[in-house]
Order: sequence, then structure tokens, then C-alpha cells
Amino acid sequence: MTSSDRAVLTRDGLDALIATLAADGYRVYGPTVRDGAIVYDDIAGVADLPAGWTDEQDAGSYRLKRRDDDALFGYVVGPHSWKKYLHPPRRRLWRAAKTEEALTFTAEPEPAERFAFIGVRSCEIAAMAIQDKVFAVGDYADPQYRARRDGAFVVAVNCGEAGGTCFCVSMKTGPHVMSGFDLSLTEIERGDLPVYLIEAGSDAGRDLLARLPCRPVEANDITAADAAVAHAAAQMGRTLETDGIRDLLVNNPDHPRWDEVAARCLTCGNCTMVCPTCFCTTTEDSSDLDGGGAERTQRWDSCFTLDFSYIHGGSVRSSSKARYRQWMTHKLATWWDQFDTSGCVGCGRCITWCPVGIDITEEARAIRSDLTRETKP
Amino acid sequence: MLPVARRVVRTRRELADVWTIEIEPEGDSFAFLPGQFNMLYAFGVGEAAISISGDPAESGRLVHTIRAVGKVSEALARTRPGDVIGVRGPFGVGWPVEAADGADVVVVAGGLGLAPLRPALYRLFGERHRFGRVVLLCGARSPKDILFRSEIEHWRARLDIEAAVTVDHADREWRGNVGVVTTLIGRAAFDPSNTVAFVCGPEVMMRFAAIELESRGVRPEAIHLSMERNMKCAIGHCGHCQFGGDFVCKDGPVATFEQLRRRLALREI
Repeated sequence: MTSSDRAVLTRDGLDALIATLAADGYRVYGPTVRDGAIVYDDIAGVADLPAGWTDEQDAGSYRLKRRDDDALFGYVVGPHSWKKYLHPPRRRLWRAAKTEEALTFTAEPEPAERFAFIGVRSCEIAAMAIQDKVFAVGDYADPQYRARRDGAFVVAVNCGEAGGTCFCVSMKTGPHVMSGFDLSLTEIERGDLPVYLIEAGSDAGRDLLARLPCRPVEANDITAADAAVAHAAAQMGRTLETDGIRDLLVNNPDHPRWDEVAARCLTCGNCTMVCPTCFCTTTEDSSDLDGGGAERTQRWDSCFTLDFSYIHGGSVRSSSKARYRQWMTHKLATWWDQFDTSGCVGCGRCITWCPVGIDITEEARAIRSDLTRETKP
Repeated sequence: MLPVARRVVRTRRELADVWTIEIEPEGDSFAFLPGQFNMLYAFGVGEAAISISGDPAESGRLVHTIRAVGKVSEALARTRPGDVIGVRGPFGVGWPVEAADGADVVVVAGGLGLAPLRPALYRLFGERHRFGRVVLLCGARSPKDILFRSEIEHWRARLDIEAAVTVDHADREWRGNVGVVTTLIGRAAFDPSNTVAFVCGPEVMMRFAAIELESRGVRPEAIHLSMERNMKCAIGHCGHCQFGGDFVCKDGPVATFEQLRRRLALREI
């Protein structure tokens, strides 16, 4: 890494970064406080970031709390993920027009808007790479997804502390951002206000960095940044043993633990909505009142609904046991068969936002430990 | 993926709730493999996965057989010549007819399962010299539910094909077999050690047919079944058709009993 690849930004420099991205034509999204949570939305500058806020997370619990400093990134991930921009919750697929003579279909134009994401965590970059495998490759790659993804400018943030439901270390997705970003930031304490070690991860990032007001890196900046990430890594709220997890779940579809978790699961689908990798969708067809126009809309769907597996005569997965088993087995096991990766990045959202506090790491552990017990004499 | 508008040129009522519709290819031909399906769109109503039931050698004719069971399939079945529908496809892995070269072929159909098998039958009959014995075993709920009945009678008259039909519930006029289609497997003449089987019907019927074929000595990797699951996109993006690690739309619908056996024995997978 050369000196042109990294530098130190002050808070004003960070403001300049956001302003430069906006001036370059990007629509800039970042974390901001709304309705008692840190969500992703339009940001105009550093003033919109959650300065001095942190989050306390546990199974079924999320609370914002004041920090005793002015850190801009002193929290982890909230209920939103970047998938809401790259794989929108609702979008029109096409419109159809019908006349006496013909039926014509018109595709939605590819999005012209380019996104810049500020504050993308390592687990979230891993999640983007996983959704790329679903939507961006193969014979049926989705041009809309690719246009949004290819146009996106990613400003990552290395986590300085972990949340109560985080387990990225177990999933090998963080907390240190390794690739898949244009610029990365590490927030380090310096005097009254934190400063930001900024590193380029792409040519676009390098070009932008050259245009920002920054100072050269000193040795103690690196030490402080490394210490911050090491601190987060040592602080994980959860762990998940991934060794042999694919076979463990695929080979235990009748484990009694599935009945036990089904007794708690409300099949609300919250886990699938907050998950940064869950990609399932359904479609809705509608027509104009005059019968001349129609359109097809795609929206996020959840494997926890009964409709999801409906074929004439009934739903394939009618019990909540079958639906929870499908979700968790897909996420941790059959995802490997489909995409040669886990579907879980260890962000902990499904644990935090489950209204009854079901913990995927605890469920996986229960299935594993019961088996260990059974094999003992 | 954008549908292509195609005009319905012929429709035919097969059974009380089953219609066959033929769509014009609009200048170009439509190549497909036996066992593949299309996504058919009824204007303003929606889209459904419908297997192709016509002859793959006649690429100028696009034929689907539809049971009216939901709002989309009802709208598609109700179409009349001149109506225009949307078509995406073809999708999926079909019947490996070529893999049956030189082997005996046993085709087992339950109810509407005969529709996705018919393109394979056309190919088998069209290139009859390439195969050993060809056996067609059809099951239906009752005599009035026998799909493509006159065509089966025509095939049954051929001397180079063994075709048998059974019904679950007979009526006064029925003089044929009574019982589930698996009962025909034990009586059919084929060499199990050199047989390829194509099975399509309700899941439970396919499972027991496969078990019966295997107990006669057919290798599980030579028994091919066609799965059915909810499908929205047909391109592996919507997630609905997952069956274990498979996306039925692109990894299937046809797969071997060896691949499917464990999952077929489980409930609600």
C-alpha cells in the first residue's frame, strides 16, 4: 500500500467526502437516527450521521443510547441493510398494454441513479457479495440489479466495537473490511473529536481520496486503527460453530429442536426482512380499470408465509416447524449447495429483530450439542 | 425477463377442468426439450408455470395442457383462438430421452402428469428404433379423468408399444384395470437392468412408483421424476421453488430418484 492509498481525515474531511460524492452525481445514503433506531437514508453531510449514539442489542431487543464521546460510527447495524437499495422491497418489472390487435410488454428502464453508501460494515459487504451470486451472475443475471450494484460507490467502516448479537468473526466476514469497497474508514480517538483513517480499495476510491483535504498517516494512526478493529473482534456478542454445519442441518430435518423452536416462532418473517442476504420475492399483477394496461410488480417475500410454498391443494410447508427449518437450513446449509457460500454473514439482525428473541446461533448450537450428547455412551 | 406476446390459435377441452391450448410461434419457431415448461401470462391476472405438452419435433406448434385450479390457470384455460397471452421460456431440465438410447423405457403417468410426459412420448415414438421396449403406464382417478384418452387408445393399438391404463375408481362402463398406477409396474414387461424410467404425477404417486421400479431392479439413477413447486420467476431468483438445495425451476423439474429419494421421504421439505 502506497502513501496515496491512505490518509487521515478530520470530521470536516469526512463532510467533504460526502459533499464530493454528491457533487459527482451520487445519491448519498448513510446511517441516521430515526424512530429510535439507526437506519439508512439520504444524508447531506456529517451532521446527518448518528454522532454520539450507540446501540445496545440482544435477542429481541434494540435500544439507542448516548455515548460519552462524539463518535460518528460508534454503533453496529440496525434494522435496515443496503439490500433495500440494491434489491428494492418493491419494484415494477414491466408494463403491458393491450389493444384489439396486440399485446405489448415494456421493460422498466435501467436505473440512471448511482448510489454512494457511507458506513458499510464488513458483514454488509459480505452480504452484497452473496446477493451478487444470486442476481448478478449466470444466464439470468438481473440487469437492473447489476446497474445499481455496478454504479454503487462503497465507503466502508471498520467496526470499532461489536454489538450484542454480532458474530461476524464466526462467519469469517469481519470485523475488518478486506475487499469490496472503494474507500474504508476507521474511526480513531484523537483529542476532542475522532479522526478517520481512510484507505482506498479501488481506483475510483483512490481518485476520490486524492481530491479530499487530508493529512498524511502517522504510525500511531495505524496502531490505533488496528487496536480498534481488534477490540471489536474480541468483543463479539455471539459465536456460531460453522464446522460441518451444512451436513449437520441437512441430515437432521427431524431433530426435536425444530419442534421446540416452532413453539416459539411466530412465523412473522421479521428475520427475513432484516436479513441482508435473504433474496426471496413474489410478484403482484394488476390491471387498469379500463382493462387496457397491466403491470407486474416484484416485492420482497418471506419463506415464513403460507403462500410462499403454495401449490394447488395447499402449502408444501404448512407447519411453522417446516418454515423455520426451511429458513435456517437454507441460510446456513443449502445456501452452500446453491451458491458455494453460507447465506449468513453473522450480522445478528435476525436475533435482534425477532420479536420473541429466537437466536440462530443458539438453535444451531442446540442441534449440534444434542447430537454430541446422543453419541456419547 | 420480459414475456413475449403470442396468439392462441386452437383450444381443446380435454377433461371437465383441463384444456389444451396451442399458441402460434409468431414467425419464429420455438425449440424446447421434452419436460421443459413455460411461464404463461394471462393479461392482468398473472403468470403460472405450465409444462409444454406438444411434440418437440414440431417446433412451429407450442402446446400446453392446463388444469384450471387457480385464478391464473383458469384465465389461461378460458382463452379462445385469437386471444393473446404472454410467454417466457422454455425453462428447466427435461426428460433425458437421449440417455435412454438402446434401453427399455418405462413411462409412468398419474393424472395430469401425462401432459409433461407427452413430448417425451412423441420423441420416443418418433425415433422408435433407438429404444428397446417402450412401456406406458397411465393412472387416473376415474375413467372420465383419463387425459388424452383417444391418443392413448391409438398408441395402445401399436404393436411396438405396451400401454396400460388403470383407474382408482371405476364406473359401470369401465372394463379395464382398477387400482393405483404402481400396481401396473409389476406386470409390465421390461428389462430392469437396462431400463430408463420417466415418472410424473402427484408427489406421493411418484415416490411409490419409484420405489416399485427400484424393487423390480431399475437403478435409482435411471428413474427420473418431475417435481412441482410454487414458482414466480423460473430463473432461480424468487426462491419459491426450493426443494432442499435445489431450485426446481432451473435444477429441475426433472431429477433422478437417487437425487430426490431422501427429500421425498420427508414431510414439508
